[in-house]
Amino acid sequence: MKDHAALADIFNRDEERVSWHDDTLWFVREKRDKVSKDIEDWEQLRNAASQIKDNVLSALDRYLIQFEKNALKNGVIVHWAADALEHNRIVLSLLKKAEVKSMVKSKSMLTEECHLNEFLIENGIEVIDTDLGERIVQLANEAPSHIVLPCIHKKKEEIGEIFHEFLGTPKGLSDPQQLTEAARQDLREKFLTRKAALTGVNFAIAETGEFVVCTNEGNADMGAHLADIHIASMGFEKIIPERKHLGVFLRLLARSATGQPITTYSSHFKRPLKNKEIHIVIVDNGRTIQLGREDFRNSLKCIRCGACMNTCPVYRRSGGHSYHTAIAGPIGSILAPNLDMEKYKDLPFASTLCGSCTNVCPVKIDIHQQLYKWRQVIVQSGYTDTSKTIAMKGMAFTLSSSRIFDFAGKSMRLTLKYIPFAINNQLNPWYKNREMPEVPKESFKKWYHQNRKNGN
Amino acid sequence: MRVGLFIPCYIDQFYPQVGIATLQLLEKFGVEVSYPEKQTCCGQPLANSGYEHLTQPINNCFVENFTGFDYVVSPSGSCVLHIKEHLYGTDKVDETRQIKENVYELVEFLTDVLKIEDLTASFPYKVGLHQSCHGQRGLRLASMSELNEAPFSKPETLLKMVKGLNLIELKRKDECCGFGGTFCVTEEAVSFKMGKDRVKDHTDHDAEYITAADMSCLMHMEGILKRANSKVKVIHIAEILNAG
Repeated sequence: MKDHAALADIFNRDEERVSWHDDTLWFVREKRDKVSKDIEDWEQLRNAASQIKDNVLSALDRYLIQFEKNALKNGVIVHWAADALEHNRIVLSLLKKAEVKSMVKSKSMLTEECHLNEFLIENGIEVIDTDLGERIVQLANEAPSHIVLPCIHKKKEEIGEIFHEFLGTPKGLSDPQQLTEAARQDLREKFLTRKAALTGVNFAIAETGEFVVCTNEGNADMGAHLADIHIASMGFEKIIPERKHLGVFLRLLARSATGQPITTYSSHFKRPLKNKEIHIVIVDNGRTIQLGREDFRNSLKCIRCGACMNTCPVYRRSGGHSYHTAIAGPIGSILAPNLDMEKYKDLPFASTLCGSCTNVCPVKIDIHQQLYKWRQVIVQSGYTDTSKTIAMKGMAFTLSSSRIFDFAGKSMRLTLKYIPFAINNQLNPWYKNREMPEVPKESFKKWYHQNRKNGN
Repeated sequence: MRVGLFIPCYIDQFYPQVGIATLQLLEKFGVEVSYPEKQTCCGQPLANSGYEHLTQPINNCFVENFTGFDYVVSPSGSCVLHIKEHLYGTDKVDETRQIKENVYELVEFLTDVLKIEDLTASFPYKVGLHQSCHGQRGLRLASMSELNEAPFSKPETLLKMVKGLNLIELKRKDECCGFGGTFCVTEEAVSFKMGKDRVKDHTDHDAEYITAADMSCLMHMEGILKRANSKVKVIHIAEILNAG
């Protein structure tokens, strides 16, 4: 299993592509900056959202029960899943019961987290992703690289190739409008003939038992309204207390995500139509553990806008797949170690701790501080190389006393000065693309000692 | 006013001229500066690598060296932020707290404590200002492009007092350069690409010098500039403010 650095290294072999990826996402980030500045009380809005979510996390058990009670009252069927497997089994059993062999699905990062598609396919169910970006990566047999823009890593010419292969569009077609139309025609048939639809949940309102799904393409609505059975999968942190709080979150979500004032569709689902069913699967999958980690619990405030990815200079230059987890980027790097610390031990280190993620986060998660804290937890839990620990102990020893530090510094400068090849070689990653600093004739300390008599 | 001068380890070893410029600049303003000679480092290289639990002796050393000053001043936003956020656990609780409250990065010390309004410095070149992340987002040396807030910049305020200096505009005014401590070697590919892009923004706008309040970012960009045989140089802001 390659780690983030190794995967990012591969991504960076095509520099032109890296620059294109970076510019594309920076464009989205700039749109976000612009629209967020159009709202005078933007920072207060972030504060409000953050505080509402703090309240939710502090009383999640009560809100969830309230939500379930109201959803049941509305005629919705509620299921609880402790982990990914239970979630997948619940979905499978619902489909089997309804004798459904094929299902349309709108974007749901939770189902990516649970690897639902693979599970259903193994069990003989066809899944058709209906979000355009997700459809493209599904046809290409890839995972989404971004939670809001799943195929942002693909150029339109590459999408043309995929559509040529799978949808029969003319070879060489790369016009976005024509490609979109081809996907639309192909999906239309799927929408009309499939009896089951799965959607995600952006917000679940405890007060009313309804839930809200936000899309730009209307694909969630098309799927849910045409199918006999609508399954909505939600992580248990998606709760908001009251309907009025939606005003805060809907204003923040799309502006943070893509720089739009609001998503094209913000659809409320409350009760099933006659002879139809709505099921909600409420999933834990490690969230209770994260809730119990004091330093990391507020990562559960995330509303999955993806702003931290768009702003992250590392994400933009390493691509979503380098994070080897369903949710990439800064937020993914603080969520994933909770699920599997050993597997994702590299992710909190895939950051310069520049802090831009924390600044764009609409619910004010202290992402970069949590990256720093995860580093401490990972090392102290033993998920680190022994050689690194030895080196760090050596450094701690050197820096704990000026006598040793002065000696070490002098040796280092002498090494650089007289035998530069000892450090200036390809084994030193710094030297691969950068020159070493020039060696001064003396340290500041020595200069100070010689030039300031009042040195203490 | 007694100021303890904190010179980060890599400045001490590789960029003594930055320490000298900082000292001379503070002396020009009549500040009584002393440099405790037994200082070593803030401990950030360990802590950012996940080894904060090994930094106790380094913290103790820092507190021993910097107890008793009215202010501690350093030409590095990143090291100052680390002290403010992570200096802890020494036996001397009051002294530690006082240090954390009174430690200043050089630029903010000049603008906020000394309240400098003019400088004698002269630096007749085109200069690009690199906003180092820890100074900017951590210490709030300047407004941040992500936030909806009134624009301000403490380093720009000072640079505008320098005679002949032509401050260039950048396309991305506060993007990280990719140094990131050990990140620069553990994530070499991304670090290099970030640095290269950052340098390009400056050279595209005809910078002759790139300056910053953190030498570590500049060391990274200098390595890239030199490898490309560029004529563009890096210079710490203390050297500009102390020039001429």
